[in-house]
Amino acid sequence: MSKLLSQKFYDAMKKLEPRYPTKVALLLPALHAAQEEYGWLPGEVMNEVGDYIGIHPAQVREVASFYTMYNLKPVGKYHLKICTNVACCLRGADELVEHCEKKFGIAVGETTPDKKFTLMEEECLGACGTAPAMMLNDDYHENLTAEKLDQLLAGLK
Amino acid sequence: MPESTQMFKPHFHEEARPLAYYQAKMNGYTALKKALGMTPDAIIDEMKKSNMRGRGGAGFPTGVKWGFIPKQSAKPKYLVCNADESEPGTFKDRDIMRYTPHLLIEGMLIGAHAIGSSTGYIYIRGEYTREAKLLNQAIDEAYAAGLLGKNILGTGFNFDLTVHRGAGAYICGEETALLNSLEGKRGEPRVKPPFPAQSGAYAGPTIVNNVETLAAVPMIINNGGEWFAKLGKLEKSGGTRLLSVSGHVKNPGVYEIPAGSMTIREIVYNLCGGVLGDKKLKAVIPGGSSAPVLTADEIDVIYDIEPLMKIGSMMGSAALMVVSEDYCVVKLIKRITKFYEHESCGQCTPCREGCKWMEDILHRIEDGHGREQDLSLLLDIADNINGKTLCALGDAAAGPVTSFVKKFRADFEAHIRGGKCPNA
Repeated sequence: MSKLLSQKFYDAMKKLEPRYPTKVALLLPALHAAQEEYGWLPGEVMNEVGDYIGIHPAQVREVASFYTMYNLKPVGKYHLKICTNVACCLRGADELVEHCEKKFGIAVGETTPDKKFTLMEEECLGACGTAPAMMLNDDYHENLTAEKLDQLLAGLK
Repeated sequence: MPESTQMFKPHFHEEARPLAYYQAKMNGYTALKKALGMTPDAIIDEMKKSNMRGRGGAGFPTGVKWGFIPKQSAKPKYLVCNADESEPGTFKDRDIMRYTPHLLIEGMLIGAHAIGSSTGYIYIRGEYTREAKLLNQAIDEAYAAGLLGKNILGTGFNFDLTVHRGAGAYICGEETALLNSLEGKRGEPRVKPPFPAQSGAYAGPTIVNNVETLAAVPMIINNGGEWFAKLGKLEKSGGTRLLSVSGHVKNPGVYEIPAGSMTIREIVYNLCGGVLGDKKLKAVIPGGSSAPVLTADEIDVIYDIEPLMKIGSMMGSAALMVVSEDYCVVKLIKRITKFYEHESCGQCTPCREGCKWMEDILHRIEDGHGREQDLSLLLDIADNINGKTLCALGDAAAGPVTSFVKKFRADFEAHIRGGKCPNA
């Protein structure tokens, strides 16, 4: 059976292996690396991660489903995660979420029909001094306003 | 001996990141050299003298914690840095990691020598992707300079350090949940005892320390425990504290003050320029969202561990969230409770169910459908969570609800009687 995960994935894992006393400890890094390749974690990919580590597919899912950063459903090309925890709410995060819902015509948790944007509310990102903050894919954007957000989104292809 | 009472903050800028800066401007890795010439017991003694208390939130004396590690162990020992920084309102460790990563690496090297460990992990929250990359760059620099790896500085001391990314779970800031996550499992807290010092990561004796705690170690070793203890203005709290201030202040951000040297009023009005828009102060959440709330009348308290405990709150991770008069406190506590409901790992029934019930009740009060008996019901549920769960998440959810209801009862009653938020 041909592999779904790239040689780069297997090379990276090989390099990490001696860092841990058990192979199961590689599960979180492996899921991160797998998600980097697919943007989310399709079932077959999780199975392959399980095969590599030598654990049951159910064990992979048990762990993957515990952590919010693992996408168990496909997400858009641009994944917006707006922090709506205390510090960000005090600084207007709710308005940002509303602004995005209107702009994209979707509700929180949904993806635009063209698969370009997914909108999520996020728990505290640890950027409270520069609130409101959000993640766009892997990057932080801080001290946001609706205007700054529009500018940022306008620059995305 | 340094004159400044700020150890971290002057170096919180991009230029401070490389090893060259660290060695030239911050005595980089001189403490490691000194520590490798000391016995583990002498290092632990110095840490005890320093009155360093864990900066993650619990405030446990670091030297005492290190002393719990058994000298002899059949299993490898581990040193783990808790860089999960997930307590809402906290963002100080991010600055240490992105601006002064070598301070943390050197602190871990010294800690590892003190407890007899040759393997360390930095468990960093998954969202801090950039900080994880920066840490890895600094670790690569240290390996290349012979400061990590085998036979460090020719002393025969070995230490390997690996960055392990979390994946979005508040509970992984709890040390035993963190260890499960490090082992590739769900981040569910463990039953204690055994404590990590007996059986932690991979069942080996393990110390888990916060980023700021470990980053202070080189300065303690270089200047002595007594020097560090004297930086603090209270008997039991040594050193400086990094404060994360957010919410309705004019100048939010990370600040550094000698431990116990200021009241909350001084922090809000002097350090941070006062309340945003010069509005009246409504409340301060003094130690991350888990800390019971303080009213505007309670802010003349010295900002440190014991004084806050005395008035029924806590310093936690030294994260202050400031709230001005026009923000609805019912909405605020509903949001806080929603967080704990979302982050409860689900193992303990009081926490799993209780957080959901409290959130539902707060939701209906905010929506104007609250009932008179809801306030006593909230207090009752909170009481049935508090102290009845495996880890502190239950207490963290219950404490804020109890304090908001007790201290801002009139605001809740106005919602219930008026059928809507009076500010809406």
